[in-house]
Amino acid sequence: MTADAALAADRTGDDSVRPATGGAPPHRGRRRLSGAQQPLGMLFSAPYVVFIVLVFAWPILFAVWMSFQDYFFAAPGADVERPFVGLDNYAAVIRDPDVWQAFRNVGVFLLINVPLTVVLSIVLATALDRVVHARTFFRVSYYVPYVTASVAVVAVWLFLFSSGGLVNNVLGPLAPDPSWLVNSALAMPTIALFVTWKGLGFYILLYLAALQNVPKELYESVAMDGGGRLRQFFSVTVPSVRPATLLVVLLATITGANLFTEPYLLTGGGGPNGASTSPVLLIYQRGIEQGNPDVAAAIGVILIVFVLIIAALQRRFVGGEDS
Amino acid sequence: MRRALGSRIALYVVLGLGALAFLFPFCYMVIGSLQTDLDTSVRGAFPDPGNVSLDNYVAIDSRIDLVQGLINSGIFTGGVLLGTIVFGVLAGYALAVLHWRGRNAVFALALLVQVIPFQLLMIPLYVMIARDYGLSDSYLGMILPFFINSTAVVIFRQYFLQLPPDLFSAARIDGAGEFRLLWSVALPLVRPALLTAVLLTFIGPWNEFLWPFLITKQASLQPLAVSLANFMSNVAASTSNPFGAMMAGAVVLAVPAVTLFIVFQRYFTTNDLGSGVKG
Repeated sequence: MTADAALAADRTGDDSVRPATGGAPPHRGRRRLSGAQQPLGMLFSAPYVVFIVLVFAWPILFAVWMSFQDYFFAAPGADVERPFVGLDNYAAVIRDPDVWQAFRNVGVFLLINVPLTVVLSIVLATALDRVVHARTFFRVSYYVPYVTASVAVVAVWLFLFSSGGLVNNVLGPLAPDPSWLVNSALAMPTIALFVTWKGLGFYILLYLAALQNVPKELYESVAMDGGGRLRQFFSVTVPSVRPATLLVVLLATITGANLFTEPYLLTGGGGPNGASTSPVLLIYQRGIEQGNPDVAAAIGVILIVFVLIIAALQRRFVGGEDS
Repeated sequence: MRRALGSRIALYVVLGLGALAFLFPFCYMVIGSLQTDLDTSVRGAFPDPGNVSLDNYVAIDSRIDLVQGLINSGIFTGGVLLGTIVFGVLAGYALAVLHWRGRNAVFALALLVQVIPFQLLMIPLYVMIARDYGLSDSYLGMILPFFINSTAVVIFRQYFLQLPPDLFSAARIDGAGEFRLLWSVALPLVRPALLTAVLLTFIGPWNEFLWPFLITKQASLQPLAVSLANFMSNVAASTSNPFGAMMAGAVVLAVPAVTLFIVFQRYFTTNDLGSGVKG
């Protein structure tokens, strides 16, 4: 959307310059100053473009190509044949029950993580926007988990949620058996809860930024009609921050697709019977541990398609055309 | 009047409960890291002067070299920050201030890149960087995939866009070149943006686990997040107080980032990110 806006601005900018300069030699100096081509821009952004091609565009093409070959690791420089095998790798992936399980797991993750993230961050941001005292304290406490390494906070969660841990001690007889992270029904929800808690600070900041742009008159007009805080929240705040909600949903989905560290560390590499294996964890196991980069690349391609479909669906349901 | 007071109290109760849920695990981490004998009962959540020592820190330092880990994390993060600041500022300036063919395509690319889950590129990048270029177990191989942060490029562009165009025209009339303009006119005016971008970029490499985990096998080159994770998944069980040692390592990993963010919290905003990635 911003790209389109920039495009539009650019076009009008050029138009306003052209008639003024229309081939008149004395104005050439002015023209250079305001709107004409500045090839230096290309030079300035060349390193970035090279970086994108090297680290994003080329690897994606390479992954797609790899997924159609019989690709295996070989010593650097060794001349080995890696024949084209068509859809064989994809067939292997689709026949693999572990892959289905991993995608189901990420589905469970998203069903818990995305709604919880949206609701909690919008409520906390609205509350934070209205307080006068101790604002900095609350802000800082919310983003502390976000800025801390997953590996570090995983250590505490392991301790809190272990079978004899504090959480179970508090719950007493209500504690689940087997405990949270070794329980095939609870492992993935616990991970989803962890990731929601850890990332919430960033999304609260996003909503806080969005709330700055909500016109105060809207709240006043609802208050005039006798609408209370709740009414104001649902009929002004929620619709006004819809672009931010779309962004939050999209970013939370990308986080879900990237899930690796948490299942790897919290549930010892995939949990009871693969109950918390994520697609990226599977890519790691198949590709690097078991030496089948071609199969891993095929899982990666399927995962990209999966993310694109989910993002498109969310855009329809959350975003609307106006965002 | 009473209604307004009630709603104010409710507000602080909600925020207070939230803050407790966010901060408690951190307090618990610090307390746990200092306990000689771990106490998982409710009493163990409060500091007990009779049960405090630095044993866990000594234990974790004897298994993984904490100082070397911090140095490696620092080099990794520093390299990423250097690339992002130098080349990200150049690209952001070109995208906001200069007119050139392909400008819109490059900006669209910067937005697109942010929605591609980086970890999907793991296998091809691993093959290229570790196998083809032989850069495993090197700082360069660690830094390369993160060298220029696209989010930072978008933030820089956003800030440069907010500067009045007349400023640049005036300086150009005075005969200033573009490098001069960028260095002595534009950059000083966007100093807060630099801090925001540095903070947002810092989190990535400092906390990154998967990529350096893949390409470093030598313990002496591993960032602290990687060596701590390896300790947690492989060695912890053989330590007398495994959770205590884990949490001591976690404190060491968390403190630099948390301190930095508390000191510079004013600059930590996402205003420009929100307007940049609305896509």
